[in-house]
Amino acid sequence: MKFNRRKFITRLLVLVASIEAIFIVKNGVSKSQHNSSKKELFNAGKADAFEPNGLYPFTTGKFYLKRFPDGGFLAMSVKCTHLGCVVNINNKTRGFNCPCHASQFNAFGEVIASPATRPLDIFPITIEKGEILVDIAKPIKRTSFEKSQLTYV
Amino acid sequence: MEFEKFILHLHPKKIDRRAVKFNRTFGLGGMLALLFVIIAFTGVILQFSYIPTVEHAYPSVRSLIEHSIFGQFIRNLHHLSAKLMVLFSFLHLLRVYYSQGIYEQRAKNWVYGLVLLFFVLASNFTGYLLPWDQLSYWAVTVITQIIEYIPFVGHHLANMVRGSEEVDGNTLINFYTLHTSILPLLFVIFMSMHFWLVRKAGGIALPKAEKSEKVDVVPNLVWVEIMVGSILIASLFLVAAFYEAPLLEQANPLKSPNPSKAPWYFLGAQELLLHLHPIFSALIAPIGLFVFLFRLPYFKYIDLNVGVWFNSPAGKTMTIQSAIVSFIFTFVLVYLLDHYLHFDTWFKTMPSVVTTGVIPMVLYVLPLGGFLLFLKKKYSATNTEVIMASTTILLASYVCMTLIALLLRAEGMQLIF
Repeated sequence: MKFNRRKFITRLLVLVASIEAIFIVKNGVSKSQHNSSKKELFNAGKADAFEPNGLYPFTTGKFYLKRFPDGGFLAMSVKCTHLGCVVNINNKTRGFNCPCHASQFNAFGEVIASPATRPLDIFPITIEKGEILVDIAKPIKRTSFEKSQLTYV
Repeated sequence: MEFEKFILHLHPKKIDRRAVKFNRTFGLGGMLALLFVIIAFTGVILQFSYIPTVEHAYPSVRSLIEHSIFGQFIRNLHHLSAKLMVLFSFLHLLRVYYSQGIYEQRAKNWVYGLVLLFFVLASNFTGYLLPWDQLSYWAVTVITQIIEYIPFVGHHLANMVRGSEEVDGNTLINFYTLHTSILPLLFVIFMSMHFWLVRKAGGIALPKAEKSEKVDVVPNLVWVEIMVGSILIASLFLVAAFYEAPLLEQANPLKSPNPSKAPWYFLGAQELLLHLHPIFSALIAPIGLFVFLFRLPYFKYIDLNVGVWFNSPAGKTMTIQSAIVSFIFTFVLVYLLDHYLHFDTWFKTMPSVVTTGVIPMVLYVLPLGGFLLFLKKKYSATNTEVIMASTTILLASYVCMTLIALLLRAEGMQLIF
């Protein structure tokens, strides 16, 4: 096959146009990058205000804040790990129930009834000047509850 | 008129008398083309009053219903036609496949048809979100969450579809663009190819005949087409006058309805995910089915009778038997897995890939594989008929799971019996 100047220029133009198209479409379609770049910490209020063994829903932040009897805090996502529905508090088990497909979680967010396969995601907590700050942009996947996931004052 | 001539130009001048008979094709392809036209027209009208933003989407649909004359009627037509399109696409696929019309020079057109089927589902799914009510919001959440189960790329793929970490305004604008410009454009291109390839293959598949009698397309075929088209339009208008396209309350990302179901045509996939480990249900099974369907015309076949329903009388018996057996078997297996077989709690030490993946898969594949061997032996069937029976088994299973999820799953996705 002969490779002449005309063909070279055509291909070059097509290549440049394709690269540009890929960039525009990619950034247009997945807009998540320029959204998540702004760091946002959710201020849940004074740590002393939360009683040990209390469970506090934060609907706007989309997490449940649990304070365990030893004083440790855990922020669990309201999003069911099965298919993304919002879990409700189950007062009997002191855990969570998913209304969509009947998954159940215990107080630590671990699965006690399928179809969910992994525990509720958690959000990192930092405590500054006695105030609880939750990084709701960064859900962390986990396989089970561990003591290290708790944050203390 | 020039336009009439152009439309008639889609047909040849003369065709085989047998191709005109209604029960050769059931008019499904033609009805799909007509449905596309109805959907395009009603869709363009709806586009004038729809606003694709989170704040305005739902109120704009509401105001269309409440303030526009025949607003709800146009919406009903669009909604019903889209539903029918999914159903007819599936039936069209069955008709073409079982009347042995996908081989040799028609193989390429089968592939185009599968791509069109994908577009039908994609259009339906993207349109599902646009009203932005509780039904659409949670259905799309559930489906994009299924995508997340695909190993390695799932999260990125789901984010690409959603345009965001969760279903929000970005998702709405993505779906709106796909639904109203990209997919319709692709439809026109692929439909043109689809029609042209039918002509190129010499019309629809017919069994070999000693001598074929040719008849004029006008009036023989065109008359039947106008009849079927009129009946379809009349029935759609009639139903659209009484059946209301649903619109629940506005989407609320903080409150999931109970139960939250995927759109009805994806319910089979959702059902599969309830019983099978994601590695199998979100990766291996879909890819397997995908490859199998696309390869279907290209397997090595002996004894192919193009245009003969079910290839042979034995093929017909085998198809019917495997459909019934597969349907009942799938139903029983789902029932047992729901109520009695809890392998994940019985064998806690084994990884969940084995207890919820490999074991149920073996429970499904082994008995049905055995049944296939039994059929092959009993009817001394060729591989054409065995492959046809396997396809039937897969399709019947999907239909069964769809019906279970659609009709028998109530609150909390519990089986209601």
